Amino acid sequence: MDEGLRSELSKQGVFTTTLEELYNWGRRSSVWPLNFGLACCAIEMIAASMARFDIARFGAEVFRPSPRQADLMIVAGTVTKKMAPQVVRLFNQMPEPKYVIAMGACAISGGPFKQGYNVLKGIDRYLPVDVHIPGCPPRPEALLHALMTLQQKIAAQRLTGPERPPHARDDAPAEFPVPQYGPYDLNPPHNPEVWQPAAVVRDEA
Amino acid sequence: MNGNDVGYGFVVLLMAAAAVFGLTPLALARLWARSFSPPKPSPGKQAAYECGLESKGDAWVQFNSAYYLYAIIFLIFDVETIFLLPFAVAFRGLSVGAFLAMMAFLLLLVEGLVWAWQKGVLTWH
Repeated sequence: MDEGLRSELSKQGVFTTTLEELYNWGRRSSVWPLNFGLACCAIEMIAASMARFDIARFGAEVFRPSPRQADLMIVAGTVTKKMAPQVVRLFNQMPEPKYVIAMGACAISGGPFKQGYNVLKGIDRYLPVDVHIPGCPPRPEALLHALMTLQQKIAAQRLTGPERPPHARDDAPAEFPVPQYGPYDLNPPHNPEVWQPAAVVRDEA
Repeated sequence: MNGNDVGYGFVVLLMAAAAVFGLTPLALARLWARSFSPPKPSPGKQAAYECGLESKGDAWVQFNSAYYLYAIIFLIFDVETIFLLPFAVAFRGLSVGAFLAMMAFLLLLVEGLVWAWQKGVLTWH
């Protein structure tokens, strides 16, 4: 529908919508996170779900103990290399459509433990992260902001057409490869389909 | 036929309406899922275990419950005591037959103790 006509109609008190908007409104208003925490960020996540910050205002208070019932994975904390295969496998077991929030410095980059021998330097090496939250640990407000950002992202998703999200496409993979825990590093060290090391480009001038 | 007798036809009609009322949303949801949310089964998603770890081995395993050993030792050291105390109290008034019967009872239990001892149950692992 034309935006101008829509605006005119709304001024006259006629509310118009599309099936897509209605569907996305329902989805973004009931994002159920997976109930797991990895480190101190999980404490902030718990605080966000309690009365003071109350993530229930955004429809995301139903933390599910099973990946089968969850829509959102909040990677809250340091991902060790020993834990990374389990995190990826849990994400694989979540039904589509599913989203990932990388919460805190550790989950997005390894954080203060980046130089550690057994810390994964960001879960985005294996999973398609939708929202990154910086901070060590981020405040509960930051998690709420990330949730609102994710809701905007869900609201903008198309049902049809070439820009539709991976869960609606048949060619998108159903699973992300689970890394193997090896003696020195995870194998593979990253999933090249979702993450590539930043290329350093030097100007010769 | 008076006016109130309308038969059971409308009950069937209501049942049909109730079925349509229930089945239509289900059918719509199914249709919606087929077009906009195609199923994507995969080995990891189909796996029974959902705590992030891969399940190992077979679920049909046998557990060696060595509980009968505890039962035998309990019988020797606990139940025997219960009988030994009244036996000792009433010892002077007992007949020879009762004494022999008690000795046979003790022998049976001591036999069990010897058996358990030889089996190595009393050794702490």
